[in-house]
Amino acid sequence: MREEIIVSGRENPFIDPHLHIWHWQIPLYLFIGGLAAGILFFAALYTINGKEKLYETAVKKAPLIVPFLLIIGLMALLADLKHKAFFWRLYTTIRIESPMSWGAWVLMIVTPLSFIWAAIHVREVFPKWDWKYKWIKDLEGFFIKHKITLAWIMVISSVILGVYTGILFSAFNARPLWNTSILGPLFLTSGMSAGAAVIMLMSGNHNERTLFSKIDIGIIAVEMFLIVHMFMGFLASTQVQIDAARLFLGGPYTASFWIFVVILGMIVPMVLEALELRKFKVPVIIPAVLVLFGSLMMRFLIAFAGQESRWLY
Amino acid sequence: MRYAMAIDTRKCVGCSDCVVACQTENNVPIGFCRDWVVEVMDGSYPQLEIEIRSERCNHCANSPCVRCCPTGASHYSDGGIVLVTENKCIGCGACIASCPYDARYSHPEGYVDKCTFCIHRIQKGLEPACVAACPTKCMYFGDMDDPNSNVSKILKVRKYKTLIPEAGTDPQLYFLI
Repeated sequence: MREEIIVSGRENPFIDPHLHIWHWQIPLYLFIGGLAAGILFFAALYTINGKEKLYETAVKKAPLIVPFLLIIGLMALLADLKHKAFFWRLYTTIRIESPMSWGAWVLMIVTPLSFIWAAIHVREVFPKWDWKYKWIKDLEGFFIKHKITLAWIMVISSVILGVYTGILFSAFNARPLWNTSILGPLFLTSGMSAGAAVIMLMSGNHNERTLFSKIDIGIIAVEMFLIVHMFMGFLASTQVQIDAARLFLGGPYTASFWIFVVILGMIVPMVLEALELRKFKVPVIIPAVLVLFGSLMMRFLIAFAGQESRWLY
Repeated sequence: MRYAMAIDTRKCVGCSDCVVACQTENNVPIGFCRDWVVEVMDGSYPQLEIEIRSERCNHCANSPCVRCCPTGASHYSDGGIVLVTENKCIGCGACIASCPYDARYSHPEGYVDKCTFCIHRIQKGLEPACVAACPTKCMYFGDMDDPNSNVSKILKVRKYKTLIPEAGTDPQLYFLI
């Protein structure tokens, strides 16, 4: 029998009895960042493809909400900082080894880009919109002229943003549940799926909805494959990772993960979307909201369970 | 220069003087601590074995906390001591999550705080407060590159272990067993 206790007493807040330094702010931001990345990715992709006219919601309408999403996300990030007045220190240095530094700089590119993208499309959605000043109109003209270049930058930076939301966690080897490189692609696909769901939700065009239903089914299939892979990897790894996987395989997070994330967030919407493609009448709001809910829950559960996983002493 | 500490688990009685000495020396806020004492009991009565360890930041040579810091606030100082620059720290918590030893905490003023090996005392030629206060003299501090330092001499003649070496952090706190 082995008993291990801290006899001098250690009750450092957020650390004992187990780590809980990141609360709702970080998973909420990771969800919003992934969602924004997903929407921007599809907008840029169909612009580069020259299908702007065909998929108007994806290219023009949905990106209009991205600046607002990113503002909420940035506020959540700021709320997470405990030494807030010094947040600008992020932008006085570039630290190649720190995922958070990458994330901060990518946001510095993606946020203005999302504002520009929304600004050059706002008049197509709201025809009465007037920029009032001539210099703004000139600027708009300049960006419209270079739209394809913008789209290329956006496609790349949105993928980096989407992967980053997972890499942030996977770089911590102190938390075995997070320490898997699959989290990068998993969070990227989850963000893309959420982005496709929002486009489906906003679109009034039948063809566009059908396309994004198909895309979403494909992405969810990849996501489920990655989840199976993640657990296979854990169970074939060291004791700490086996223990980490057990949090989801019989441990305290089992029910919430498999019911909310996998069944409600992936399988049910996938089946509903497949039924819709076979001409059943399914209100689009149901699969879309379920996908968003599952994507959000995945961030929360992995963030919280990861902080509970640890090395043996 | 490579500062390190060796702690004799066979001499330590778990009195927690090192913890109090640290809190006093470094003005650690009430309810927090930079070092702590772990007691591991193995076996069942009457065959019992006990190991007592005074633990703190391992001042790892390959520190995940320095690697993940987005602003460079966490850095290596002289002799490999891992320090936090208070007015560079944004309090994001990444380093706290990255530490397999849970050695860092969030100071009530917002920045992240941790053991400094009492660098302000070392620079004056003194020992860290915990080492100086230890009533059983079970702690040895010094420069690993100097063959005549206390820590080099004791590690030459005693068996020792480090904590979670498999985490790849190359910890510099040695526990004599």
